Amino acid sequence: MTGHAAVTHDILDLYRELILDHARSPRHFGRLENATHTAQGINPLCGDKLCVYLCIDDNERIEAISFEGSGCAISVASASLLTDSIIGLSVDKAEAIFSAVTRRLTHGGTDERGDTDLDLDKPLEKIKALDGVREFPSRVKCATLAWHAMHSALRQDAMPATTE
Amino acid sequence: MSHAQRQPSVAAADWRKDFPILMQTVNGQPLVYLDSAASAQQPASVIDAVARYQREDHANVHRGVHTLSHRATDAYEGARDKIRDFINATSRSEIVLTSGTTESINLVAQSFCRPRIGSGDKILITHLEHHANIVPWQLVCEQTGAELIVAPIDDHGQLELEALRSMMTNDVFMLAIGHVSNALGTVNPVREIIAQAKQCGIPVLVDGAQGVPHMPIDVQDLDCDFYAFSGHKMFGPTGTGVLYGRETLLDEMPPYQGGGDMILEVSFESTIYNELPYKFEAGTPNISGVIGLGAAIDYLQSAGMQRIAAYESDLHEYMLSQLGRVDDIRLIGTAADKASVQSFLLGDIHSHDLGTILDHQGVAIRTGHHCAMPVMKRFGISGTARASLAFYNNADDIDRLLAALEKARQVFK
Repeated sequence: MTGHAAVTHDILDLYRELILDHARSPRHFGRLENATHTAQGINPLCGDKLCVYLCIDDNERIEAISFEGSGCAISVASASLLTDSIIGLSVDKAEAIFSAVTRRLTHGGTDERGDTDLDLDKPLEKIKALDGVREFPSRVKCATLAWHAMHSALRQDAMPATTE
Repeated sequence: MSHAQRQPSVAAADWRKDFPILMQTVNGQPLVYLDSAASAQQPASVIDAVARYQREDHANVHRGVHTLSHRATDAYEGARDKIRDFINATSRSEIVLTSGTTESINLVAQSFCRPRIGSGDKILITHLEHHANIVPWQLVCEQTGAELIVAPIDDHGQLELEALRSMMTNDVFMLAIGHVSNALGTVNPVREIIAQAKQCGIPVLVDGAQGVPHMPIDVQDLDCDFYAFSGHKMFGPTGTGVLYGRETLLDEMPPYQGGGDMILEVSFESTIYNELPYKFEAGTPNISGVIGLGAAIDYLQSAGMQRIAAYESDLHEYMLSQLGRVDDIRLIGTAADKASVQSFLLGDIHSHDLGTILDHQGVAIRTGHHCAMPVMKRFGISGTARASLAFYNNADDIDRLLAALEKARQVFK
C-alpha cells in the first residue's frame, strides 16, 4: 500500500466551534433594503452563491452590511465573520482587511504580513478561526468567496465576483 | 442482501487488485474511491498498454510508410474494431473517435442538426440531462432559431414517459436523451423511447457516458441513430470518446472540423473529404488514449459486462440498504431502475462540507451539482453528495462510507 505524507491536522481544525456557530446562526443575514453597494459572489466549482449588501455613508464609513445566499458551512461562516468584522469601519480599512485576509488564507499561513495586518486590530482576532482552510486547499475558495464579493461591491464592479 | 452476499466475491477481489491506484492510503486511510461516475480508474493493463505504445510503437497514424507508423496505425485501428464489437455496431465506419462524449454530442448538433433546422423546429431533451447534453443543443438553437424543449421528471427522478411521448410532435427534429443520469443514476428505458421516436420519425441521440460502464450496450438492438460515450468513464484514458452514428446519416453529414486526416485530396479550389469515419477525425488523434481505450474494452470483455452489471447491482442494493439506515439522510434519485449511483443529503450539512469530511477519512465522493444544475433545481437543492460504484468497489467500501458519514454527523452535531 502506498501513501502520500500522512496528515497531521484534524478535521476539527477546519470545523472549529466558532465556524460551526457562525454557519448555524449567521450574523447580519438577509437583504439590506437601503444598500448603496452590492455584489454577488459565485463559486463556479460548487455553485455557492452569496450576495453582499453594504450601506456606505457620506464619510466613506460602512454603516450597515448584510449578506444572503446559500453555501457550505465555511462560506457562510466566513461571510458572517466578515460582516461582524467590518461593520462600522472605513472603506479603506475594509479593503485593507480584505487584502490581509485573502493573503492569509491563500498563502498557506506562511505570510507574516497577513498576520501582522490582522494583529493590528484585536477585534479582528476571530477571523483567524478561518485559518483551518489553509490545510484544505480545495476549501480556500469557500472561505474567500464573501470577501471577494465585498471587495467587488466596494469597487462597484459590474460583474459578479468569482473565486476563479 | 444477506450477510453471505455482503462479502466481496472472489471475482470482485480479483478485479480490485487489477487497479493499482486503489492500493494506496489517502489522508492516512486506505483509499475508498466512490467517484467512478466522474472518472473511473484504470486497470494496470490499460496503463501498461499506453506506456508500451509510448515506449515502443509511437508514430503518427495513417501517414508513414515506416514500421512504427504501421504499428501505431494497426493498434489505433484495432481499438476501433474493439469498440465496434463492444457496442455491436454494424460497421467500423460508424465508429467516430472523438475527445469524449461532449465532443461527440457537439458534432451531432453542429453537423447533423445545424444545416437542417430553423425556426419552427424543436430539439427535445429531458430534465435529467448533463450539461453536455443541454448546452450543445442550446447553441445550435441560438444559431438556427430552433427551440429547445424539455421533458419533465417526477419526484423519484424518473422521466414522465407519457409527457415525453406527447412531446414527440411533427416539429421535433431530434431527441437527445441520457441513457443513465449521472446525477441520480436513473436508467431511462431508452429502447422503448427510441421505438416511440422512430414511429414519429424523430432521430435519437443517446448520451451513453454513464450507460457504457455499467451494462452491455448493443446499438443495433437499441436502434438509436447516435450513441455518444467517453473512454475515461469506462476505465480508459481521458481525452478519448466515441460517437456511434448510423452510417446512412453520417454519410450525409458535412465534416465537423477541417484539417489533416479527414481529406482525400486538397487544392485551394476544393477538397475531397475522406471516407467514413475519417471524415470526422481531423488532425492527429489521441493515439495512445485510444489504444488505452482498446485495452479497457479487452478488460471489460474478459470480466464480462453481464457479470459486472450483476455484481454492481448487488453492491448497489447493499449501499441502498445501508444508507437507508442512516438517520436524517435524504436520498435524491429513487427511480425503480437505477445504475450504481446514489445522490444524497445528510441532515442540513452542505454537500461540500460532507465531501471534505469524507475525504479526510480517505473516502472520495463527488459533491455539488454534478454538471446537472437543472436536476438540482428540480429538487430545490444546490447540490448533493454522490457515491458512485464500479465493479472494483466492495462491501467494505460501503461500510467505510457509512462510518465516515457518522463522523460527519459528529462534527456537525
